[in-house]
Amino acid sequence: MPIFPELRTAVRVETQNPWPRFLVDIASWRLAGAELAAGRWTLLGLWGEADTVHMAVLRGQNEAIGVLSLPCADRRFPALGARHTPAIRLERAAQDLFGLVAEGLPDARPWLDHGAWGVRAPLGRAEPVAEAAAPYPFLPAEGGALHQVAVGPVHAGIIEPGHFRFHADGETVVRLEERFGYTHKGTEALMRGADLARAARLAGRVSGDSTVAFTLAFARAAEAALGLAPPPRAVWLRALMAELERLANHLGDVGAICNDASFAIMNAHCAVLRERVLRAAAVAFGHRLMMDRVAVGGVATDLDATGAAAITAVVAAVRQRFPRLVELYDNTASLQDRVVGTGRLDPALARQFGCGGFVGRASGRDFDARRWPGYPPYGDLRFDVPVRAEGDVNARVWIRIGEIEASLGLIEQLLAGLPAGELRAPAAFGAEAEGVALVEGFRGDILAWVRLNADGTVARCHLRDPSWFHWPVLEAAVDGNIVADFPLCNKSFNCAYSGHDL
Amino acid sequence: MALIRAIAIQGLEMALVLALAPLLTGFVRKLKARLQRRAGPPLLQPYRDLRRLLGKEVVLADNASWLFRSAPYLIFATTWVAAALVPTFGAGLMFSWSGDLIVITALLGSARFFLALAGLDAGTSFGGIGASREVMIASLGEPALIMIVFTLALVAGSSQLSNVALFMLSASAGLRVSLALALFGLVIVALAENARIPVDNPATHLELTMVHEAMVLEYSGRHLAMIELAAFVQLLLYVSLIACVFAPFLLAPVHASAADYALGIAAYVGKLAAGGALLAGFETATAKMRVFRLPNLLGAALMLGLLATLLLFVSRTL
Repeated sequence: MPIFPELRTAVRVETQNPWPRFLVDIASWRLAGAELAAGRWTLLGLWGEADTVHMAVLRGQNEAIGVLSLPCADRRFPALGARHTPAIRLERAAQDLFGLVAEGLPDARPWLDHGAWGVRAPLGRAEPVAEAAAPYPFLPAEGGALHQVAVGPVHAGIIEPGHFRFHADGETVVRLEERFGYTHKGTEALMRGADLARAARLAGRVSGDSTVAFTLAFARAAEAALGLAPPPRAVWLRALMAELERLANHLGDVGAICNDASFAIMNAHCAVLRERVLRAAAVAFGHRLMMDRVAVGGVATDLDATGAAAITAVVAAVRQRFPRLVELYDNTASLQDRVVGTGRLDPALARQFGCGGFVGRASGRDFDARRWPGYPPYGDLRFDVPVRAEGDVNARVWIRIGEIEASLGLIEQLLAGLPAGELRAPAAFGAEAEGVALVEGFRGDILAWVRLNADGTVARCHLRDPSWFHWPVLEAAVDGNIVADFPLCNKSFNCAYSGHDL
Repeated sequence: MALIRAIAIQGLEMALVLALAPLLTGFVRKLKARLQRRAGPPLLQPYRDLRRLLGKEVVLADNASWLFRSAPYLIFATTWVAAALVPTFGAGLMFSWSGDLIVITALLGSARFFLALAGLDAGTSFGGIGASREVMIASLGEPALIMIVFTLALVAGSSQLSNVALFMLSASAGLRVSLALALFGLVIVALAENARIPVDNPATHLELTMVHEAMVLEYSGRHLAMIELAAFVQLLLYVSLIACVFAPFLLAPVHASAADYALGIAAYVGKLAAGGALLAGFETATAKMRVFRLPNLLGAALMLGLLATLLLFVSRTL
């Protein structure tokens, strides 16, 4: 039986690993849209190329992953967004970057293109633009007592830039509209023609707090394309770094969420723990965030006894102190009053958008890329994936608390079972090849798709941050909450600006 | 001669209030930081901030009117005058006979009125949000404060703070349920009026959650210095108010000697430190309330004030 029996007319592209890519016609593209809209498939990503549009889909309940490619000679394709809302922003981005036209897209406004590039469709035809960009029309909300509150892109705190437009009825949010693209770095353009080392560095700079996860996603996609198997020690060290990154970020998040409810003492204690994890990472791998430590074919640094001891010490410290902080969180009535029931994300919406990470798992979507489709060494390790159904700020905090405990266990297993051996397998090039990978970052699953030229340089690379499917549902989760609770909801989602704007 | 002496002592009180107010805020900040395992800013940082702000250029919004420019001075003046009416270290100060607790309430109320207007004047959405929240809080906090004033006036037989303090010092005060209720109510009102946790967070950077800070977001330079100083003085005023009514010990009596005043000042500084420490401890242990929960909290203050008054009538008629 074929993996995607629905796609009868599709032609499988033989150069892609490990999951199949199909060249489809418009009918199959529409059929895929119908499957997505019906909830039988989940959209994992959608990206463009000069004359092709691709989508990655997850079929059924973790049955199969595939990439569908629609050649669009006249640069037009039928918009999935017309029937499947989660695709809208991805299609708007593909329009902006490649000049493809998504026909029938309900929202045709630009998304990443703020008119500041000087060119239109920089990755497509790159036509120069002379006239100034038209002002961005925000969605209206009508009603006598409504007022607008515009926040950002410059904020009072030191955070990344993003614009939030609230329509509020007194304190109650009637509509929140986000606008992003302020941190667009042109990563996909820089990737074209880059060799593997440079491309891995670029991938590690898509989102600084997820640098290990992004580099790992890119490396795994490139290795799949090249048929390269990294040595076991490298695989285990990568997982160790990924879990340290998850641990540090979750510790920071738990404190920061409490801080947004003005409960600063949690933030102070969690920040100390996060700092200790980062320092241990610096001792073990030579960089606090472990940037550029994952390489295509393996890892760039080894772990010595001093590093292992530093990690063991920090795991013991977190194990000793964190439970008391959890108790403090759980027993502070004034804090619980703020987080319970706030910013509820409907499980149906989480399923429709395919929300990964703590956002999805707090709303009942039981998906973790480490477990399924899975990648080594997680098959040899025991860990729990916490799932809750409430979908509020409190649930997202508890998912993080559960994942901190799971990561501590994983780090201990990884240190105990770390195999000896080589750190890196040499890459051999020869033919054009494609690879795709799904890696669990701390925010959720990161999709990486890469096409390599015969000389080993990157022809096209697309990295999809989990926040592409978190930001839109944040708008929905905030609806009906009060304006003053938005920072709390926002922090509990902790979506990436940089990773999203690419 | 007596008049000159009275004026001098009143002048000393007003200068002392102004001099100590930034220190109290600095002390609370430092203590909170230490409770959170942070080093915290130096104790004298608020003074440095004021000096820095006074030396800075004022940036005005294009559509800011004369009101926006004059409000900081009005706010500071009314708050300072209100603080001069509180017997901080001595009862029977010269000005204390010219206004009672109701005048203090009204002065603080007018300061808030100007601040809310100034928040609206710049025309930003944050100013509007802050002003609307502030007025919501005030509409519940002020009646509560008035009820508490009535309770104290009924107990002491006067609404003059000096008389209240002297009555509290005398043996006839005793322990009363009404006073306990009034104390709780007053503490809640004080937290709300001074924009402290759980009502507002003075340290937040989140524009959308601000109350007091949202109203003053557009202020800069000497205007901001005036508003900051007024906020420092207001915090000191409330701590002094609570101290002089509920802990009036060592308060210098009317026609006191120099030694009495020195003792009074020393005790006053001690009371401020104790009040600041309690505030820092409470703020560390509590999260901020959801905005729509505030009416419950302030409603409780109002109910406490009401109950305290009722109880007095009931206990008298029985």
